[in-house]
Amino acid sequence: MSDRPVPARRPIHPWPLRLMHWLNATAIVIMIGSGWQIYDAAPLFRFTFPEQITIGEWLGAAVAWHLAGMWLLVLNGLCYLAWGWGSGHFRRRLRPPGPRELWRDILLALTFRLDHRHGVYNAVQRALYLGVIALGVLIVASGLAVWKPVQLWWLSDLFGGFAMSRYVHFFAMAGIACFLAVHLALVALVPKVLVPMITGGRLSEDVR
Amino acid sequence: MSRELDRRRLLGRALAFGAASLLPGCDYDHLRHPDLADRALTAISRWNDRVQAALFDPRTLAPIYPASAITRPPRFNAFYDENQVRVVDGATWKLELSGLIADKRPWRLADLRAAPQESQITRLICVEGWRVIGQWGGVPLGWFLRRIGADLRARYVSFHCADGYYESIDMESALHPQTILALDFLGKPLTPPFGFPLRLRIPTKLGFKNPKSVVALGVTNVFPGGYWVAQGYNWFSGS
Repeated sequence: MSDRPVPARRPIHPWPLRLMHWLNATAIVIMIGSGWQIYDAAPLFRFTFPEQITIGEWLGAAVAWHLAGMWLLVLNGLCYLAWGWGSGHFRRRLRPPGPRELWRDILLALTFRLDHRHGVYNAVQRALYLGVIALGVLIVASGLAVWKPVQLWWLSDLFGGFAMSRYVHFFAMAGIACFLAVHLALVALVPKVLVPMITGGRLSEDVR
Repeated sequence: MSRELDRRRLLGRALAFGAASLLPGCDYDHLRHPDLADRALTAISRWNDRVQAALFDPRTLAPIYPASAITRPPRFNAFYDENQVRVVDGATWKLELSGLIADKRPWRLADLRAAPQESQITRLICVEGWRVIGQWGGVPLGWFLRRIGADLRARYVSFHCADGYYESIDMESALHPQTILALDFLGKPLTPPFGFPLRLRIPTKLGFKNPKSVVALGVTNVFPGGYWVAQGYNWFSGS
């Protein structure tokens, strides 16, 4: 043991992050579930989503859920971005990974040798989190373009018009769904990470 | 009764996927039990009406298209099949007027034909997600409302249709230059499936806000609702 003063043990995930994480999880479930039901009313591809995994029994209910859930998603997302910037969370923990460390960590992850240290995001995690934040911005922007192609005509034009906005919105959803699959698979592989996202946990050392 | 059934339908099995646990206290098994989620969704939908009204810019025009972009054949859509379309007799048809209007004399088809006409090639977006482009011609609703001495400070313009459908729009959208009482479709008089003899054409709102075969127009401050709105669709539904 060193003789320097023991630093106050900080939580792995501070409470604003935990609160926003679970609010966002709620919003994502509402938005994807109702979005699938809306998709089914005019499918873009040759498949529809089974009704059992959609939210809203019919189109009207699904639209009501979707246009209510958007407020939770957007307001919570804006709080997260503001907090991430203001608290230094992005600077400390979400530094964009370089290609070499990313490649190294991907190889380690694929061979199940990538260590998990509480409070430190490895390059794969950082790439995934930054990617899904970007997808979040894209899905909100394309969603607004689908909702308001006349009033927000500039946004609609940016995505190539109403019909193209629907495709962008769909693929952004698909990207987020892929993220969720990886995210949940990693939690299943390393279940000890789940508890701190609820309780906050305590860092065993002062991790910057 | 039917209103309650409609409200049931709005939610129904809405809470698949674990969302039920997020909304404790909801009882979805008893028809007469007021739903927390139902009330919340309705309140947020009303809030979304206000947000959309604030977002609505009367000078922003819906995009216009070249004739080559027109969707052919045109797509029929209603709350019934095309073979069940109610055919209106143009010779006896009248547009009845009611509410906050100075001159409530009904208008015949010939009167509307004699009024100034506007033509537009615009996009109709359905709440389902598909869109078609068509050409509509007719009398600008703003001109018509002024001509009949409607109270332009009133909040709503309502429409009742030959098939029992009804709809209503906000006055600001009613006065938008692209909002017309359409008589023509694709350069010819409207056919019964597409709203003969008169339909509302409002390219700044979703398709279901474009009622067909209109038989009565009202101006009012009392919320008139709409056929689909009563079942849970958002009322403003602006594009």
